[in-house]
Amino acid sequence: MGIIKAVNLIFDYIRHDDEENKDEINHALRGVSLDIAEGSFVAVLGHNGSGKSTLAKLMNGILLPTEGTIYISNMSTSDEEHLWNVRKTAGMVFQNPDNQIIGNVVEEDVGFGPENMGVPTKEIWERVDESLEAVGMTAYRLQSPNKLSGGQKQRVAIAGVMAMKPRCIVLDEPTAMLDPNGRREVIRTVRELNRQEGITVLLITHYMEEVIDADRVVVMDGGHVVMDGTPKEVFSHVKELKQYSLDVPQVTELADELRAEGLALPEGILTIDELADSLAGILNGEKAWQSK
Amino acid sequence: MLRDITLGQYYPVDSVLHRLDPRTKLFGTLVYIVTLFIADHILAYIAAAVFLTAAIRLSRVPVKFMVRGLKAVVFLLLISVSFNLFLTPGRPIFTIGFLKMTWEGVEIAAFMSIRLVFLVMGSTLLTLTTTPNQLTDGLERSLGFLKKVGVPVHEVSMMMSIALRFIPILVEETDKIMKAQMARGADFESGNLIQRAKAMVPLLVPLFISAFRRATDLAMAMEARCYRGGEGRTKMKPLHYERRDRMTYLVYLLYFALCVAIRFL
Amino acid sequence: MAIEVKHLDHRYGEGTIFEQYALKNVTLTIADGEFIGLIGHTGSGKSTLTQHLNGLLKATSGDILYNGESIYAEGYSMKELRGRVGLVFQYPEHQLFETDVFTDVCFGPKNLGLSEEEIKRRAAEALALVGLDESFYKQSPFELSGGQKRRAAIAGVLAMKPEVLILDEPTAGLDPRGRDDILGLVARLHEEQGMTVILVSHSMEDVARYVSRLVVMNRGEKVFDGTPREVFRHYKQLEKMGLAAPQITYVVHALRERGIAIDEDIMTVEEARDAILALWRKNA
Repeated sequence: MGIIKAVNLIFDYIRHDDEENKDEINHALRGVSLDIAEGSFVAVLGHNGSGKSTLAKLMNGILLPTEGTIYISNMSTSDEEHLWNVRKTAGMVFQNPDNQIIGNVVEEDVGFGPENMGVPTKEIWERVDESLEAVGMTAYRLQSPNKLSGGQKQRVAIAGVMAMKPRCIVLDEPTAMLDPNGRREVIRTVRELNRQEGITVLLITHYMEEVIDADRVVVMDGGHVVMDGTPKEVFSHVKELKQYSLDVPQVTELADELRAEGLALPEGILTIDELADSLAGILNGEKAWQSK
Repeated sequence: MLRDITLGQYYPVDSVLHRLDPRTKLFGTLVYIVTLFIADHILAYIAAAVFLTAAIRLSRVPVKFMVRGLKAVVFLLLISVSFNLFLTPGRPIFTIGFLKMTWEGVEIAAFMSIRLVFLVMGSTLLTLTTTPNQLTDGLERSLGFLKKVGVPVHEVSMMMSIALRFIPILVEETDKIMKAQMARGADFESGNLIQRAKAMVPLLVPLFISAFRRATDLAMAMEARCYRGGEGRTKMKPLHYERRDRMTYLVYLLYFALCVAIRFL
Repeated sequence: MAIEVKHLDHRYGEGTIFEQYALKNVTLTIADGEFIGLIGHTGSGKSTLTQHLNGLLKATSGDILYNGESIYAEGYSMKELRGRVGLVFQYPEHQLFETDVFTDVCFGPKNLGLSEEEIKRRAAEALALVGLDESFYKQSPFELSGGQKRRAAIAGVLAMKPEVLILDEPTAGLDPRGRDDILGLVARLHEEQGMTVILVSHSMEDVARYVSRLVVMNRGEKVFDGTPREVFRHYKQLEKMGLAAPQITYVVHALRERGIAIDEDIMTVEEARDAILALWRKNA
């Protein structure tokens, strides 16, 4: 069993009217099962309202499932006594960089989690040093978070989670409010943490370019998991992705259209070089053949 | 502009003053304020000026930053000066209608202004050299005895710290919403008092909504990072007095004694 | 000749060592009916520039002419200018404040001092333009979905009937569907209503599809100004500024490096597909 295991998760948002009667029920998740291997980099894709953010919030007990169970390292999030261990194990980074930084100085914010966990002072400092180093923000440790760019703020937020020594980080659309520079910065940081520290990463996003390097891509729509596989597998279904209102990288789209016209390109092309190499093989190769 | 407010803005350099325990600085500010209020002789003001200048020099914060803090109280200063100038009975300098400027008024106004300027600069220095977190930590520890009578000292200091963190963000947001409404033709500057108050609605409603949204987000982020109140919490920067703090208290004692001596001279 | 920007400077902290140029010698002419993409990364001065165009910020030096008249001239009505040059801020839904959508959209025209009847007519028109029908009129703006909120906020500016519409990152934070909705709406406003549109963005791929002219800002200066094709030829310099040309531009250059003679100005998937197919068929 993986580090995260969701079994038939159902989550309903219930709105009450003035007389405390159930007014409106919104089924955000309608039976989601997932098993995520420790150390993997998993991307969850879906348009707004697909249920992906709800899933993220269930991962560390911010929301509790209406039905079904979610286990973080074999601990059920619904189990009151495990709640704090669950939160220590699965750290969470949110969308809005401003609304998750508590400290008025970068290093103090990074120390906030360990302080709450009752870590001894000396160790807090070690953890803060390591975490800031890991996200490349050591040079800014004495700055006010307000002076940082969006991407830097998100890196501080990631460091704040890292200082809790989690085994898994759940990032809920961490790049939605950033510019392209900031987006790249955050994704690079997350990827490094995954590769170098072996942290399991669950990245929730709707930007396609961010999921190309993931080990696994899970696509959600209408509260269900509708696609699940490696990026290559998922991106070979261009039409299906579009149907779920998702973008496809231009390279993949071009390759798909060319294949439809009969060019012998491999399925699920994701990078510029892949496409250019395959096309060069076809176009130059045939030219060479023709000249014979 | 709204952004010029420096109260609560930490100036990150390494200096003796920065390294002092926040409790030492809090107590020093308190002593300083008391001496300003008991001052009634030019010598006492000179002593306060020397004390402040020394502290500013030690802090390595450019004086400009302190002066900027003063902008916020210019209005207050002008009111108190004009009240004192014209409403103090004594030997008149000149009279305009029922307003009479007096020599005594000039003297009181001068001392009042010095007092206010010194006061603001002193407390600005405290916030410039102490991070808001240290400050609230210092308050939390200094007022720790209140916990015994049921005052939620930790919670209050956490709230203060968060408020300080979000003030600049909300100031910027105010600026943005104001501009957005001005782009829709809103006018915040003309009209009578009632019209102006009404004109604030398009600014205040979005601002409140945004503040609530931020509060919800923040609460969620704090919970996700295992926050559950002050119980069982350790500190990254626990407070303990060093030799330099003890020395500073000695300086306070001497300064305070001097001021008291001048008072009874 | 709708807007002429002449040698515009905007400096912060003038006279101190902190003096900083937010805008430096920007000169720009925007003709009636143009559809312009204004590109630059955060802090490049693009938002600062747009706030000058409707008088929310005042230049340190330089001049802006609107229809030949200096907006800095004595007695020039800023309020009127703001009615003509509509500015939709980033995350415009954060400015919604009324209890229902319709009243909120009325705010702009009401500030212009129009008659009750005209205000309502304009609000209804604006809401129709953004695709919110009468069933939305009485709803609280805070109950709408993210994309709907944004459209309601854009209607709030459209109701002032601006001649020029500036949108600052109108797709920020939206998912692909929301983004396409908004960009489609903007393109329609340009085509059907004949509005001059300035679209501020940091996404080349979004903008390349729609605009006929790109203006690129970097560190407060205008660095490129031309058709998207002309600008994307500088894709290497764009990258140094933290911007990137559309992915297709890179594909085309990668193919050229591999000895395939494909037109370097290609920038959309469709163009690339057709060009590659043509090459392939010629070979076969």
